[in-house]
Amino acid sequence: MKGTCLFPRLAIAFLFAGLLAMPLARAQSEAKPLAENPEVEARLQEISAELRCLVCQNETIAASNADLANDLRREIRAMILAGRTDREITDFMVTRYGDFILYRPRFTGKTLLLWLGPFLFLVIGAFALRGVLKRQRPADAPLSEAETQRLARLLGETPRSSAATTQGTPDA
Amino acid sequence: MIPELGHFALILAVPVSLFAGVLALLGAHGNDPRWIALARPGARLIAFLLTLAYAALTYAFAVNDFSVRYVAEHSNSLLPLPYRIAAVWGGHEGSLLLWALMLAWWACAVSFFSGRLAPAMRARVLGTLALVAFGFLLFILCTSNPFLRLLPAAPEGRDLNPLLQDPGLIIHPPLLYMGYVGFSIAYAFAVAALLAGRLDAAWARWSRPWTTMAWVFLTLGIVMGSWWAYCELGWGGWWFWDPVENASFMPWLVGTALIHSLAVTEKRGSFRNWTVLLAISTFSLSLLGTFLVRSGVLTSVHAFAADPARGIFILVFLAIVAGASLLLFVWRAPRVGLGGRFALFSRESLLLANNVLLVVAASTVLLGTLYPLLIDALGQGKISVGPPYFNTVFVPIMLPLLFLIGLGPFVRWKRDDWREIIRVPGGLLLLAIFIATLLVGLKGSPAIRIDRVLLLPFLVVFSLTLALWIAFAAFFHLFRQAKAGRGAGGRVAAFIRQPLHFWGMHLAHLGVAVFVAGVAIVGGYAEEKDVKMAPGDTVTLAGHSFRFLGVREVEGPNYTALRGDMEVRQGARLLRHLYPEKRFYRSSAMPMTEAAIDAGFWRDLYVSLGEPIDRANPAGEWAVRVYEKPLIGWIWAGCLLMAAGGFLAALDRRYRKRLPAAASAPLPPSSDPA
Amino acid sequence: MKNKFAWLLAAFVAFIALLGVGLTLKPQEIPSPLIDRPAPDFRLARLEGQEAFSPAEMRGKVWLLNVWASWCDPCRQEHPVLVALGETGKAPIVGLNYKEVRGDAGIDISRMAAEVEDALVRERVSRWLAERGDPYLVSVLDIDGRVGIDYGVYGVPETYLIDKAGIIRFKYIGPITPEIVKEEFLPRIQELQGDPAAGNVSGKEAKS
Repeated sequence: MKGTCLFPRLAIAFLFAGLLAMPLARAQSEAKPLAENPEVEARLQEISAELRCLVCQNETIAASNADLANDLRREIRAMILAGRTDREITDFMVTRYGDFILYRPRFTGKTLLLWLGPFLFLVIGAFALRGVLKRQRPADAPLSEAETQRLARLLGETPRSSAATTQGTPDA
Repeated sequence: MIPELGHFALILAVPVSLFAGVLALLGAHGNDPRWIALARPGARLIAFLLTLAYAALTYAFAVNDFSVRYVAEHSNSLLPLPYRIAAVWGGHEGSLLLWALMLAWWACAVSFFSGRLAPAMRARVLGTLALVAFGFLLFILCTSNPFLRLLPAAPEGRDLNPLLQDPGLIIHPPLLYMGYVGFSIAYAFAVAALLAGRLDAAWARWSRPWTTMAWVFLTLGIVMGSWWAYCELGWGGWWFWDPVENASFMPWLVGTALIHSLAVTEKRGSFRNWTVLLAISTFSLSLLGTFLVRSGVLTSVHAFAADPARGIFILVFLAIVAGASLLLFVWRAPRVGLGGRFALFSRESLLLANNVLLVVAASTVLLGTLYPLLIDALGQGKISVGPPYFNTVFVPIMLPLLFLIGLGPFVRWKRDDWREIIRVPGGLLLLAIFIATLLVGLKGSPAIRIDRVLLLPFLVVFSLTLALWIAFAAFFHLFRQAKAGRGAGGRVAAFIRQPLHFWGMHLAHLGVAVFVAGVAIVGGYAEEKDVKMAPGDTVTLAGHSFRFLGVREVEGPNYTALRGDMEVRQGARLLRHLYPEKRFYRSSAMPMTEAAIDAGFWRDLYVSLGEPIDRANPAGEWAVRVYEKPLIGWIWAGCLLMAAGGFLAALDRRYRKRLPAAASAPLPPSSDPA
Repeated sequence: MKNKFAWLLAAFVAFIALLGVGLTLKPQEIPSPLIDRPAPDFRLARLEGQEAFSPAEMRGKVWLLNVWASWCDPCRQEHPVLVALGETGKAPIVGLNYKEVRGDAGIDISRMAAEVEDALVRERVSRWLAERGDPYLVSVLDIDGRVGIDYGVYGVPETYLIDKAGIIRFKYIGPITPEIVKEEFLPRIQELQGDPAAGNVSGKEAKS
């Protein structure tokens, strides 16, 4: 058994058996938060939401029901209570399970291209765009000031309306 | 006997598609009218054979023929009939057959609705499609045949994956495949144009409605997948950047660039090379998605049984389909003219910028998705690239794009002067900034706890501004058209007479605005509580109180469930009961979480049942998670608006207008989807 | 030949090559960062005897640390292989029983007293070893799985090969088969045992 990703199978029997002893609803009371210390729990949530569960490899440790994810949440909670920083906690995970556990890869030589890639793409895109636009302009550059006025004189109109006639309709 | 009939039809379709493809292409090349004439009946014959094969497989599912291995592995006699029919595409083999069937249907549709296409061009398009189908059918027969028998027959089937036993998810794959496969039409048109050396506005006009329809289907498919994940996965997210989601998102991004680029090529004859390259890329990315999902190179939630032979086959297929067209492109493209010229500030240059941003976005998704593979291939170990990465790098690319969406329709084709048009959009932008800031100010700064993003309040204001700006711009154009309308029937009639593509564009852009507003508000203002609840306990969240009335056992057709009963009140008023479930599917012994959702216009209330605090006592306390998610429905509603906009645009009358020369095959225009 | 689009083809070929290489990789297998690092120290109760066991006791030996539990199906498969390996005497095997009771999905421990759990663990482990043979030099009990976390265990069975100096040299995830023993473990054990440098170093350290 490599680990149960979801709800363990055998537990089902327990659940249904336990239902037979259903008590009547108690008097109304406000539900207790699952966590004893909501602040710790919020930080646990933040940290574990960026860690990958090794058993169900497409869930975060925050979301996974796997046994190991439970254990790791317990470890993280203990470390938070012990006053460790986020970095110390993720270091703890990385020394044991490797970089694989980090959903947000650290910025290192290995991930240089990953983190800079999008901005590299943007720069390349911007240069390509500039290149195309530059090539476009000479052939169809807007008329110079002098040309516009000459055209206006020839047509006997104001520059604005003459420009309007050369432009396309604002159509899709 | 029936499965053998289907098997035979499938086998027969292989040589038929090969011959139809080769003959049509050779015919078009040599300009031989007899061979060219074979293209249309060829496409229809392939469609007929594959329909037969698919129907045979469906029949085997309907009658629980567990002597067919694929049926035994993906169905069960307890499964309700609609799910048995849907189970045909519930596994690898059947879903590939559906893929091939859709390809054949799309080609068949082209054969019917291409009356105004020159016969040689049509033969090239259909020939290309037939060759793609040939490769795919070969793949199915060699590595993934759904008709293989199981001897002796299994007494009972293994059941459909419980994840798929949901109306939302079961129609997700067909929609997605319709999109993926639909882009093969754009691809075939691009290849045909390169073969013919004819890349002009008419070509763009032919392929535009098909491309738009494929995009509509892909959009719907992605929406269904996202919505399903929201309902089923139990933690209320709507996008997880899973490799499989990314595999569908990349063709969507490039496809979106393609439909905009096609608009320019059609209107102005510009960007021809670029448009062709996008058409090739979109379909290649669809195939890449198939490869990523089916080969097992990446770990993903959609784990199809990984089989190296399948991976190699799809990779070779991808290499041939994309490689051959790229080769053709590299060979032919430099000869294609530049097309209509335009100025630095013009509708064209803005659309080009939009294309650049969309392609940068798609490249980023590709980089993040394949980077772990790259690192592993270089022997540098295993890393994970997950949502924190994508959210960080993706948003900055999207924001300028959103700005351009609002600006684009104000700017004229060919050339415009920003000084002259700045007044209206500038005013609308200021108004958007003002209202967004006001709204966030009134609502209060969003909580920072969720993302550890200190920029969050700023980001919410920024996104909201852009959403409002896009919406204002769209409304402005709609009302301006109404105001400018003259002639018979007055303004309203003039408004309605606007061409469909006008409506389509603004509707789709409005959809983007709705989507962005939803994302921004959910990101900033969602509230959640994790609580322990015993029967009778109440939890209060965002003005709603949830009273837990306990859990009881319920029987489904093929599952047993523990169903929680949650009474929801707004103030003192009883709103409704919500019933989150934990289901246990009998045949596969797989547990599933069914969240209960009260969906509303302004907010969703979402309750999901965790686990009993004490496993031996499910009648006692349970871990329960409740969410209030404001405007989350807008995320999907926005996407549906985008799809609706695309649909309207594809129906535009001008695509149905026949060229006089090609009026030989009359068809009622009303039945023409192009 | 000069073509301004030719780079597209080159990029495409590289891309396909990458995907091709990708097909040969195994994405589910996660290499341990502990390879070539000192085995994490721990003190755990033995199945027999009162003293706690620590990996330091194994200094100077090339040994295997096998992580297992009776609720794990593949462990059942692998056990005869371990027994056979133990009989050859090539390397001592330490059995680390991982979460014997609380890892078992069928048992609810939320209201089980620690002593009860401890007793149950011992009973189950002893029964397993009595029934199937005991390949282990010593069996230690990781009842709550904390040591498992230090070793980066994420799916039992897992087997670590540790050298004379206490450095983890190799880790195998999943059930061991006779082929794995022959191809992966035996050559490495032989190499490490013949490594005089490692032996000297560890010998010194073990004495000091």
